[in-house]
Amino acid sequence: MDAIFLQILNGLDKGGAYALIALGLTLVFGTLGVVNFAHGAVFMLGAFCAVTTQHLLTFSKKVKDEGITFFDAYKEVPYLEIWWGETGSFIIDYKVPFSILLAVPVMLLIGLAMERGLIRFFYNRPHADQILVTFGLAIVIQEIVKSIYGANPIPVPAPEIVSGSANIGILLGLGDSVVYPWWRLIYLANALVVIAAVFSFLKFTTYGMVVRAGMQDRETVGLLGINIQHRFTVVFGLASIVVGIAGAMYTPILSPDYHMGMDFLVLSFVVVVVGGMGSLEGAVLAGFMLGVLQSFAAMNEVKAVFPGIDQIIVYLVAVIILLTRPRGLMGRKGVMED
Amino acid sequence: MDTVSRKGELRLMLIFSAAVLLMPVWLSPFGAAYPDLLQKFAIFGIFAVGFNILFGLTGYLSFGHAVFLGVGSYAAVWSFKLFTMNVIPAVIFGVIFSGIFAALIGFVSLRRSGIYFSILTLAFAQMSYNLAYSVLTPITNGETGLQLRLHDLRMIDALFIEAGEGLPLTNLFGIKMSGYPGFYFCAVLLIIGFYLALRVKNSPFGLALKAIKSNQTRMGYTGFNSRPYMLSAFMISGMYAGLAGALLAVTDPLAGAERMQWTASGEVVLMTILGGAGTLIGPLLGAGLIKYFENIFSSYDDSLLHQAFSYLPDAMNDVVVGMISPFVGDGWHLTLGALFMVIIIFLPGGIVGGITHLWQRLVKKNQEPTEMEGKQQ
Repeated sequence: MDAIFLQILNGLDKGGAYALIALGLTLVFGTLGVVNFAHGAVFMLGAFCAVTTQHLLTFSKKVKDEGITFFDAYKEVPYLEIWWGETGSFIIDYKVPFSILLAVPVMLLIGLAMERGLIRFFYNRPHADQILVTFGLAIVIQEIVKSIYGANPIPVPAPEIVSGSANIGILLGLGDSVVYPWWRLIYLANALVVIAAVFSFLKFTTYGMVVRAGMQDRETVGLLGINIQHRFTVVFGLASIVVGIAGAMYTPILSPDYHMGMDFLVLSFVVVVVGGMGSLEGAVLAGFMLGVLQSFAAMNEVKAVFPGIDQIIVYLVAVIILLTRPRGLMGRKGVMED
Repeated sequence: MDTVSRKGELRLMLIFSAAVLLMPVWLSPFGAAYPDLLQKFAIFGIFAVGFNILFGLTGYLSFGHAVFLGVGSYAAVWSFKLFTMNVIPAVIFGVIFSGIFAALIGFVSLRRSGIYFSILTLAFAQMSYNLAYSVLTPITNGETGLQLRLHDLRMIDALFIEAGEGLPLTNLFGIKMSGYPGFYFCAVLLIIGFYLALRVKNSPFGLALKAIKSNQTRMGYTGFNSRPYMLSAFMISGMYAGLAGALLAVTDPLAGAERMQWTASGEVVLMTILGGAGTLIGPLLGAGLIKYFENIFSSYDDSLLHQAFSYLPDAMNDVVVGMISPFVGDGWHLTLGALFMVIIIFLPGGIVGGITHLWQRLVKKNQEPTEMEGKQQ
């Protein structure tokens, strides 16, 4: 029972990341009709926003180490600690949450630049061309990051206070054996908040209403005198922010390196297709569903019955769903029909 | 009409064969005339030509073609291990097994088209890759990769030849398959493969495939069942990939799962698009260019660059080298990605498409006035 509860939590946590990436992908696809293979690379850029924040905050000065008296020893002390003492080290400790402050504007700019600079020339080109050019872009982004930060994963630890595990068993009355890392819980909460924010932006604001109307029938919205293109560009920026936050917050769980995006990209495409191309609810649902399925498949009891199932479960589900429900779980009629 | 096109084909094949077989001569000014690289040209040429039969003719973009490359390699290495070091059975096994795989994967994936087809092939490729790394370790030897051992069975070889000292080498009835003989073996297979692709393209079968690309729905309305045609095309192109995989194992007898990763599938897509999808010679050109750049660019480093630009004044030299160095050495992928984007944006037909376009424009310029007059009337 405890094990099952933990696996559900694990799955929701993984699913949170999948859902966030797939949500951005679907936003872009539903509005602009562009299949964006560079989305994984944008996720990676989000993660590297956290790395950059870490670099900036711990910008250090060589100071003589007073503790060692036998010889001249030097240690690196971040400027923040020199200037602000305790407050400085507090900020450095909380670099991952703070990195969101950097990630939001940076990702918005990157998203807008990508859309205006490249994607808009590909609205009317075949999907194969869109896939290929964004695939090329993903390679370029990866290589640029690699040439700046190197090829090795860069650890970005979570704040000290949440680096341990939460004893959620006691909180929920399940006994002490149920412990779970704090940061993963925070990630799950963060994913839910971001998803809720995106949905309420689309459902409860006039801006979002126009965007939804444009997703349904772009031409009519245009005829009503609304510059729908402009709003779709903003939505592209929004999608980049969503995936950027997903990346930045993921850094304590997985030390970022330059090709982390590619690994997530394939999975999140599977998620989008399973959920149904163009369906936001479908993307979120499929993200969490595949996450949970994946973590159940990783249980030893399941693996004993179906060896290797944990490696292929996501793809297997995708194949089955695509063959039985051609539009995915919640796909609308007329979107990406054969 | 048939005789004329046959003559044209014959001429094309003669020129092509001469060009391929003389590669060691005419590539030497480019610094590419060494057997390892030439073998790669031929092998990835086969891969790309086969991929083009699927993507170029029918427009179905498979993102999992590297699976067949991997299967071909594994089958070939197992043939070396179990039966004989002769390369003929290895190649045959590679082609057969990849054909079977292609039939299975194609049968399922071809139920959908467009991006769903791409995702389905991608899903199968990732499944195969993940399984090769984990559960199928007894067959694939997991992360280490499948290698030859001294105490392999080699049933057929054991009947005829005394086991020598050290690992035996792959051979074609005694001719060692490394260096130039290996290249010529691959080159002959490339020529045969190219001829078959030419025949496929110009046959009624090829015409049907092109019709599927232009409008599959209409084909259905006219009472034409496209499924068997698509499946055949998928299998043929899978078998080409298997052949290429087997040849990779022939020239260097080991097989690893990373050959099946989806980025490897992406590479053959890049080759085909770069050269020009749907054209015969384009994919070959793309494969050659990518492998050439991979070898040449990645071998450059800063000190070599400084030498190359040593005729410039020192300050200039540093600036130029600083600008170029991210694009060579480890960073050659950056060049590849950028080049690829430029091709997609400005030359959707690839290099060959671009050249044809240019040629037509040049020819048309002379005829333009008459055409304009015709329109005005």
